[in-house]
Amino acid sequence: MSKKPVKKEVPTTGHSWDGIEEYDNPMPRWWLWTFYACIVFAIGYSIAYPAWPMINRATPGLLGYSTRQDGEAALIAAAQANDVINTKLAETELADISKDPELVTYATNAGAAVFRTWCAQCHGSGAAGVQANGYPNLLDDDWLWGGAIDDIHTTISHGIRNTMDDDARYSEMPAFGDILEQEQIAQVTNFVMSLSGDADSPDMIADGAIVFEENCAACHAEDGTGDRAQGAPNLTDAVWLYGDGYDHIFAQISKARNGVMPNWNTRLSEPEIRAVSIYVHSLGGGE
Amino acid sequence: MGNYVKVLVFGVITLGAMIAANFARDLAYQVNALVIMAAAFGMFIYTLRNTDEPVPAHKLEAEYMDGVIRYGVIATVIWGLVGFAAGTFIAFQLAFPNLNFDWLNGVGNFGRLRPLHTSAVIFAFGGNALIATSFYVVQRTSAARLWGGNLAWFVFWGYQLFIVLAATGYMFGATQSKEYAEPEWLADWLLTVVWLAYLAVFLGTVIRRNQPHIYVANWFYMGFIVTVAMLHVFNNLSVPVSLFGSKSVQVFSGVQDAMTQWWYGHNAVGFFLTAGFLGMMYYFIPKQAERPVFSYKLSIIHFWALIFIYIWAGPHHLHYTALPDWAATLGMVFSIVLWMPSWGGMINGLMTLSGAWDKLRTDPILRMLVISVGFYGMSTFEGPMMSIRIVNSLSHYTDWTIGHVHSGALGWNGMITFGALYFLVPRLWNRQALYSLNAVSWHFWLATIGIVLYAASMWVSGIMEGLMWREVDANGFLVNSFADTVSAKFPMYVVRGLGGVLYLAGALIMTWNLYMTVKRVPMAARVTATAQPAE
Ligand code: HEC
Ligand code: HEC
Repeated sequence: MSKKPVKKEVPTTGHSWDGIEEYDNPMPRWWLWTFYACIVFAIGYSIAYPAWPMINRATPGLLGYSTRQDGEAALIAAAQANDVINTKLAETELADISKDPELVTYATNAGAAVFRTWCAQCHGSGAAGVQANGYPNLLDDDWLWGGAIDDIHTTISHGIRNTMDDDARYSEMPAFGDILEQEQIAQVTNFVMSLSGDADSPDMIADGAIVFEENCAACHAEDGTGDRAQGAPNLTDAVWLYGDGYDHIFAQISKARNGVMPNWNTRLSEPEIRAVSIYVHSLGGGE
Repeated sequence: MGNYVKVLVFGVITLGAMIAANFARDLAYQVNALVIMAAAFGMFIYTLRNTDEPVPAHKLEAEYMDGVIRYGVIATVIWGLVGFAAGTFIAFQLAFPNLNFDWLNGVGNFGRLRPLHTSAVIFAFGGNALIATSFYVVQRTSAARLWGGNLAWFVFWGYQLFIVLAATGYMFGATQSKEYAEPEWLADWLLTVVWLAYLAVFLGTVIRRNQPHIYVANWFYMGFIVTVAMLHVFNNLSVPVSLFGSKSVQVFSGVQDAMTQWWYGHNAVGFFLTAGFLGMMYYFIPKQAERPVFSYKLSIIHFWALIFIYIWAGPHHLHYTALPDWAATLGMVFSIVLWMPSWGGMINGLMTLSGAWDKLRTDPILRMLVISVGFYGMSTFEGPMMSIRIVNSLSHYTDWTIGHVHSGALGWNGMITFGALYFLVPRLWNRQALYSLNAVSWHFWLATIGIVLYAASMWVSGIMEGLMWREVDANGFLVNSFADTVSAKFPMYVVRGLGGVLYLAGALIMTWNLYMTVKRVPMAARVTATAQPAE
């Protein structure tokens, strides 16, 4: 044992357990005083804030503090701060908002914040969507349901193909796997590919055009440019909701997915919906 | 005679598990039943083969029971490696989500591996370390052999079975989704039995001690064992949906359930990871330093203060939730009062070295033990600070919490366990010394740098994301989307992963070193480990 002599040798308690002894040192002063100080603080704090449970309720604390009230107060204050401009935003004709620079600045800001909180999960924080999964890109001028400010506002307010809002945008592409032969689907797939680029098997295009004419033109239009009244996408622009290439297009025709978006009119206030509509409209594709 | 009963019991369990596997309603349950079947069948064969064998005649009662401790040491090392590797892997999964491989069909996803990691390090690594060291310490400081004969073996193997059931349960989708209490009812019931057996062995040994007083390390171990039994039972009160399925329904609901969960969760930290490991500290530091403990008074006062105050601090995990304000206030003030009682252990650990500081230069094992106490002090200061309501409004749900947990877990629990393992292996296997002290130094530095990378990166990323979440512009609108905060954390996630790699590398070096100690180092002159009072 390399025992250096300690300055003042304190006695041990006199026991030894497996060779371990214990000094009879007092508790360090600073330790004890800090401990007491913490206790005093704890008592003081629990007098000031809601703390001790009694028979019916807990002591409310001298400061009358409550997290719930605090939170509500902050929300009310925020609402009041923007009250005037929100009212103006809700009351101005949608088409006229763009003429008021103050409203536009405010709405774009507010709309961006709404978008980050409520829309980014599906459309991406940059609004570029997730194409192969059916979340449309909102940055381009390729609109399913229309890109004028009124169209966008309707889409966002009522949502798309949801069961919550009777005014939701609605249409349904049938699953052609049950209606057409596999061969015919292969043909029309090649025809669709040829509208925006190269087909896999060019010799099928001619037959495909006939299938398209008979089954698809009612929604996607004779020339394949789509129909916004039915949310039927433009098939000639190489922008794909469910992915490009033979396999993806074939899958959409035979199994037909139909995208759903919730209605926002029950979750967001009218000024918020208008703000986010203006924000989306301003992203580059607004008409 | 006893063996015939055992054979019968194991046979019945094997059969029962077979039937259960057949009727299983879900995959996790089926795998669990098969594991139990295999374990019981193994025991059946083992007992059968030993039946009617002559029992060795020599009297064991005078010797310490070290076999089970050797197994415990091996289990600690192996589970440690598993837990650290899993942790490092999931750290990289957070940085690179592609590591959630589709071909593993969900089994290898972050959501399944995270509880696997936390349970492996806390319960498998930490738990085995606690059981093994407590068996070692209680025998030495009570100068008595473990009470209960083979009961200690039951504790060891029963505990390993619990770990395997829990881990396979997570991988195949069974969880009650309570943090640190994820195992479903089947594993919970087993653990209850095992834990009561553990309590019996420990108490039995303390009661038959050949020492007038109970050494302070044993108080801490007892506090840990008793409280964990209580916590485990209350937080796992649930009714199985079917005897042949893993799902169960909690008895508490809503905010009561949340409160029970965090009463449990916080005291898992307080009693499992603090009180139990303080028991380790109180034995291995004075032993390795060869110095008396600094203050007997301090050890008593901080023990009782710690035990009484810790149990009330749980609500600080539920600030700004449905929990009533008054409960949150109490959780906070008790956490602040807890600061000094926690530090009592640190002071006693560090001051025990006074007069032996020079040993730190030459003894890397002591260095390991001491730095663990340093990390303990740091995280028991950070904890009370984070429990303060306003601080918590920034830190809650951020990576700061993760960093806090790991400076405690890697720094305090990990390092003190490594120190204890380095102390124990030469003694348990009766070797002259460790194979390489140099390797211990390497382990020390790798682990320390690993922890620093981990804690520092999580502070930065936690505070950053906390600030980003609350950032609003002049009109009061949020500036960042959640996804923005996630992508901002990417570099910190990579640094954290690297910290994990270093820590794991250190543990691998330790494993090699301990293996070589047993394999290569010559035997020490035989000191029979007899149960005698030291004086
Ligand atoms: C749950 C996912 C989800 C969320 C959240 C969501 N959307 Fe959508 N959104 C969709 C889907 C899916 C479509 C495409 C529907 C379809 O196929 O017709 C869509 C379509 C749209 C369209 C029509 C695009 C076009 O080309 O006509 C607009 C505009 C839009 N979303 C705006 C928003 C706004 C603004 C928010 C936030 C308030 C939002 N979305 C939130 C899923 C979502
Ligand atoms: C009842 C109207 C309707 C008919 C008929 C119809 N479609 Fe569609 N189609 C839609 C709608 C609506 C969508 C968009 C679905 C969505 O938004 O989720 C769509 C989507 C598509 C897409 C995916 C576009 C992309 O961007 O990924 C393809 C390809 C397509 N249709 C091809 C066809 C073909 C080929 C036929 C005929 C065999 C056909 N559709 C018939 C309404 C129709």
